[in-house]
Amino acid sequence: MKIGLVVNPVAGLGGAVGLKGTDGADTVAEALRRGAEPQAGLRARRALTRLAARVPGCAISVAPGPLGADWAAGLDLRPSIAPLPERRGTAHDTRAAVLALADCDLLVFAGGDGTARDVAAVLPQGRGLLGIPCGVKMHSGVFAISPEAAGAALADLCTAQGGVQWDDSAEIMDIDEDILRAGRLAPRLYGLARVPRLRSRMQAAKGGPRQDAAAALAGAAAEIARGMEAGVLYLIGPGTSAGAVALAAGHRPSLLGTDAMLDGKMLARDARSADLERLAQGRRVRIILGVTGQQGFLLGRGNQTISAGLIAQAGREGLIVLATAEKLGALAQPMLWVDTGAPALDADLTGFVQVHTGPRQRRLMRIGAAA
Amino acid sequence: MTRLPNFHAAKWDEPVVMELGRPGGRGQLFPAPEAEIAEAVGDNPVPEAMRRKDRPVLPEITEFEAQRHYLHLSQMTLGMMGVSLFGTCTMKYNSKTSEFATWRPQIAEVHPYQHPDTLQGVLEIMHDFDGILQSLSGMDQFVFQPGGGADAAYTMTAVARAYWADRGQLGQRTEMVTSIQAHPCNPATAAAAGFTVINLPLEENGYPSLEALKAALSERTALIMLNNPDDMGIYNPEIREWVQAAKDVGALCFYDHANFNGVMGKLSARELGFDACMFMLHKTFGAPKAGGGPAVGAFGCSAELAPYMPAPVVAKQGDRYVLDEDRPKSCGKIREFWGNVPQVVKAYAWARAMGAEGIQLASDISVVANNYMDHRLAKLPGIERSNPDVTKRRMEMTRWSLAPLHEETGIGTVEIANRMADYGIDPWWMSHEPWIVPQPFTPEAGELWSKEDIDLWIDVLAKIMQEARENPELVRTAPHNQPIAQVKGDAFENPSKWAMTWRAYLRKRDQAAAQGAA
Repeated sequence: MKIGLVVNPVAGLGGAVGLKGTDGADTVAEALRRGAEPQAGLRARRALTRLAARVPGCAISVAPGPLGADWAAGLDLRPSIAPLPERRGTAHDTRAAVLALADCDLLVFAGGDGTARDVAAVLPQGRGLLGIPCGVKMHSGVFAISPEAAGAALADLCTAQGGVQWDDSAEIMDIDEDILRAGRLAPRLYGLARVPRLRSRMQAAKGGPRQDAAAALAGAAAEIARGMEAGVLYLIGPGTSAGAVALAAGHRPSLLGTDAMLDGKMLARDARSADLERLAQGRRVRIILGVTGQQGFLLGRGNQTISAGLIAQAGREGLIVLATAEKLGALAQPMLWVDTGAPALDADLTGFVQVHTGPRQRRLMRIGAAA
Repeated sequence: MTRLPNFHAAKWDEPVVMELGRPGGRGQLFPAPEAEIAEAVGDNPVPEAMRRKDRPVLPEITEFEAQRHYLHLSQMTLGMMGVSLFGTCTMKYNSKTSEFATWRPQIAEVHPYQHPDTLQGVLEIMHDFDGILQSLSGMDQFVFQPGGGADAAYTMTAVARAYWADRGQLGQRTEMVTSIQAHPCNPATAAAAGFTVINLPLEENGYPSLEALKAALSERTALIMLNNPDDMGIYNPEIREWVQAAKDVGALCFYDHANFNGVMGKLSARELGFDACMFMLHKTFGAPKAGGGPAVGAFGCSAELAPYMPAPVVAKQGDRYVLDEDRPKSCGKIREFWGNVPQVVKAYAWARAMGAEGIQLASDISVVANNYMDHRLAKLPGIERSNPDVTKRRMEMTRWSLAPLHEETGIGTVEIANRMADYGIDPWWMSHEPWIVPQPFTPEAGELWSKEDIDLWIDVLAKIMQEARENPELVRTAPHNQPIAQVKGDAFENPSKWAMTWRAYLRKRDQAAAQGAA
């Protein structure tokens, strides 16, 4: 497997000095003015140190200077430096570095959600992504839990026998930092990325049957589609899990937005809140949702088009949740979270929900209020 | 530290038996029939139409060579003759005394089609063993048909289906609730029987919360299926409340006693409110294990459920033992006849030899042995106990995680299991599905293994963990001291790579050669 590394050296700079993020040159300047010290390169080095200890002499392609090569220097690795003028860490630099490393099977980046967005925007189809967690915001489902875990994962991937399994449904999420500084958390789903399945948390026993996650999801989705009631408005949230229900019902989901179905027909794709609310008037509403990777968000991360009013109309009993057992098993905490922006509604939603993990298979999960 | 054995398994580099021998090689040379006999039966007594055209393809080999070959093969199998703390399986010695009991003609040479009058002895054993299991569980009737623990769990789902169908509620009672850490045969058999499976997650005490159970229960719940303790070794002390919550919605309650060793003689499933339970005679009761069927999952239930259990059951009428087949509400047969009777006899022999006090003492020993092991394992850097925040003592086994060592060295539970075989230690049990503990392993000492055996096992583990840090390649490529090296598991999923018969082997070999030439 050919691995490429790009470091966003200013990622995370805003965090320690209370800036909630580091998007844009002005924020970087402000963070530096407030005395922030760059951490992302040091964190990338921690990951590389672990990789070098586990797979001495490992070949890796790196962006030049502080965008990669500096942090691999002196370690027992064989870095090849991508031809690229050295720059400092703007979004443009990240994208240029990714393009220079585009022949790699797996692109490893050190950064946060903003970097993930920049990387995912230009990463060619079919290339994998793995994040060394360095950002202020990390809502995307592409990050290892620590720099060391990222290094260990790389070592596993380099030495994997029998190939690597991939998951094409990791969410790339980011928050508009200006809105966040104004006190509101409004992350958006920007796309879906391909990530390696890290099997350190869950692994099928050797020689035993491997669970086919896609088949389990499709089976659960088909069961939900079959059980759709007449006269009920079904809102289908973003992501491949919820979208599988639309597919099972014979429709193409928008995946990045919220769709609406009624009596087997697709009424709206990638609809705005106001349109969904209009459709919901005078009808029973049920909401089909996936779970965000690692973090376990049900509502309030990437699906804000489903407004608090619509959620209240559906109620907790109106939530239909799908996720593979593997995804639930890989959550940082064994819980699901809601953050609808309405604290009273969040409190109403806390309790338990049955997550559909396969045909006639459900997992009970506790819902907590994130705020 | 124990002296670690400088072990190497036997390695006989021999062809398979079909390739041994030489033309004309014979096991036995039978005398020609006497003249009178030859005259009476003629030249060939087999009717023309039934005669085979070709000679059978058999190895042409002497009896001595055949014996030697199979002895060599037996030496090259891993066996289960090292120290085997194979958790969740409760490894026990299968005594020769009970083996001899089943060799007696009254067991070995009887057939279930015989008239029951000629089977009174074996029926008496089954009846009395039913009574022993009733004493241990508080249930009212046992049946021994199921061929293993999963088959007994399936029996429960079949009984539940018959019970709810009889009440006209099978269309409504469609759900089975269990813990994510229950043995997977519980969700699997419930799914096979057509129920929707609802798994409860583990919460902070190391088992699911009562609150979660109540959230999952409803008028749709047909039954709940539980282990207690589960494979983490944590006993759920709220079990009475659990059963009561299920009863409150009318559901049936099944106690999977796969992990009975830690609580033998200490509790009664019926007193806790359960409607049914199962015991694995091939683990808890000292009968031999066998893959995929020739074991026994003894299924027992309350008088209320008994009409629905598989038929026949052994009953006593006056001073005679009979097979009660006339059970119109029965769920039907789970397998043929009465189950694996020799296993029942061996389990009966074990229970009679142990006695009530012996069974309780064995339970105490197994819990003490595991806690001794916990105490030593906790000192090894690189492993951690599952549910590390739960400080209370574990029961008869504990699930551990090698995640810290794996992250540090890349050596995980599969690699260490392979390397253990190099020390003559049987590879460990990792975990049932799903693997909610990363890089898991689950040792169980039971009452059999001595302190010396347990110490040796832990010392071997410590040595391999040291190897993982100093020479990970040695561990990654293990085993080195076994007759064959690491087996690549991918061939299991490719039928062209394996053969169950010599004929299939030749066919697939020729096919592969033809494809290679094409």
